[in-house]
Amino acid sequence: MAEHASIPLTIEFTGGLELLFSNQRKHQVELPSSNRSPNVADLITYLCDKLMKDPRKDMFVLDGTVRPGILVLINDADWELEGQETYQLQPRDEIVFVSTLHGG
Amino acid sequence: MAPRECEICHVNRAQILRPKNHARICAPCFTALFEQEVAETVESSKLFQPGERVAIGASGGKDSTVLASVLKTLNERQNWGLDLVLLSIDEGITGYRDHSLEAVKRNAEDLALPLKIVSYQELYGWSMDQVVAQIGKKGNCTYCGVFRRQALDRGAAMLGVGHVVTGHNADDVAETVLMNLLRGDLPRLSRATSIVTSTPSAAKAKSADGKVMITNVKRSKPMIYAYEKEIVMYAHHKKLDYFSTECIYSPEAFRGSARTLVKNLERIRAESILDVVKSGMDMARLVPQVQDAVPEEVEMTGGCGDAKESGGEMAAMERKLRQDEEAEANGIETEIQLARPSKSDRTEDTPNAETIALTAANDHPDGQNHDRDQLAPVTLPNRTKKQKPAVRGADKRTLPPKQKLGQCEKCGYLSSQAVCKACMLLEGLNKARPQTGIEVG
Repeated sequence: MAEHASIPLTIEFTGGLELLFSNQRKHQVELPSSNRSPNVADLITYLCDKLMKDPRKDMFVLDGTVRPGILVLINDADWELEGQETYQLQPRDEIVFVSTLHGG
Repeated sequence: MAPRECEICHVNRAQILRPKNHARICAPCFTALFEQEVAETVESSKLFQPGERVAIGASGGKDSTVLASVLKTLNERQNWGLDLVLLSIDEGITGYRDHSLEAVKRNAEDLALPLKIVSYQELYGWSMDQVVAQIGKKGNCTYCGVFRRQALDRGAAMLGVGHVVTGHNADDVAETVLMNLLRGDLPRLSRATSIVTSTPSAAKAKSADGKVMITNVKRSKPMIYAYEKEIVMYAHHKKLDYFSTECIYSPEAFRGSARTLVKNLERIRAESILDVVKSGMDMARLVPQVQDAVPEEVEMTGGCGDAKESGGEMAAMERKLRQDEEAEANGIETEIQLARPSKSDRTEDTPNAETIALTAANDHPDGQNHDRDQLAPVTLPNRTKKQKPAVRGADKRTLPPKQKLGQCEKCGYLSSQAVCKACMLLEGLNKARPQTGIEVG
């Protein structure tokens, strides 16, 4: 549980999502944690509000959740195995967002 | 958190949750399983003959990159004895195809497979950039589809290959099934679900000594049962390098709506994707065998504007396109809700600005009620306006008249018309081409 003021995380965007984040695939993020442990939902909010330079929020988030077609990996495992948005982030976790929404 | 171990090896931690059966498995077990399932599809459908020369349609995207990697692996492991080659089509779209071709070249190197690139420019004298500069962004996907189909066949003929494999996945097929269900196009639906399309297409290719080679080209989809999500996961865990952006001219159009539907469905019940594919295949068996003489347009794996037309409609389309020279684009989009007022006839009112793919928040005013995903880039004007009467008249929907197979008088390509579609389109393009040969900026 986070006793840090913020949690250091490595975030990666692939599959075209990097275009929304200054064309940068990897980002080192310090997620502010206030007084409780932030979870992935908090992370996503933070990414949308603070990190996303592109105005097209709905390419990433839709109806309060990650857009269908975007896969989320927490430490290289499917986030559905870790509790999806409720997973509580640990320092130095690696979160990867992979979009599948493009031609093959 | 309860430790979760792989259900197969019970050693590694579970990393993947399989959509089709909710199995929790580790990455090594997953990649092995994925490959095994493709092998089963190939072997149970008897897709390949030993020693066969097979071209892999390679775009540099996720599906074809994974397909090439898996087939190469399996070819060696299962001793299929195939002669594999990569075949890539360069439509001449700057900012899109030039980048993805770089990815294909890297693939070719990594897999040590020969690569043949066939370009629209060399085949037709027109790149898609030039076509769009000429005709604007209405109907350009139709041109691309027609040209691509021939390009793949001709490329195959040039390589001396009679079999082309493409990376169509279960999501693609499910989308196509749903799309055609929504349009009431059962024959097309049934064709989309075949794992093998044995088209009697004859491409007249000029070899070095001027000899004419005619081949029958077989098309198959070895990954037809593979979930798109798993293809992406396979590429991720195998660290395969692919290119991931939509064609800049593609607005997604109707397929975009079906794709959104499939993605939402996947969230609720992931098994549905494969179930839709299998339902589609069952439905196909119910369709009376229509004389499918005319080669269909190539369905792109995802993203492409819908360019599928059947023979007779194409001719009518061509006429329409010629008539629409003044860029009086139709406003209608073939969408799920049919009851659009005739407002849709007037382009000016409808915000038809094409946008680059990935663009959301398009210019639809708030009042408009769109069933399809607001995120999908604004649609092309409807190239299938002719479907409006078709909806009313049941006649157009019955079996198309039996078509006789012949050869295009211009290029020798197999066609039911005197002049094949590609040549017809080219004629239109070339007539309108300015004499000074303006270069595309």
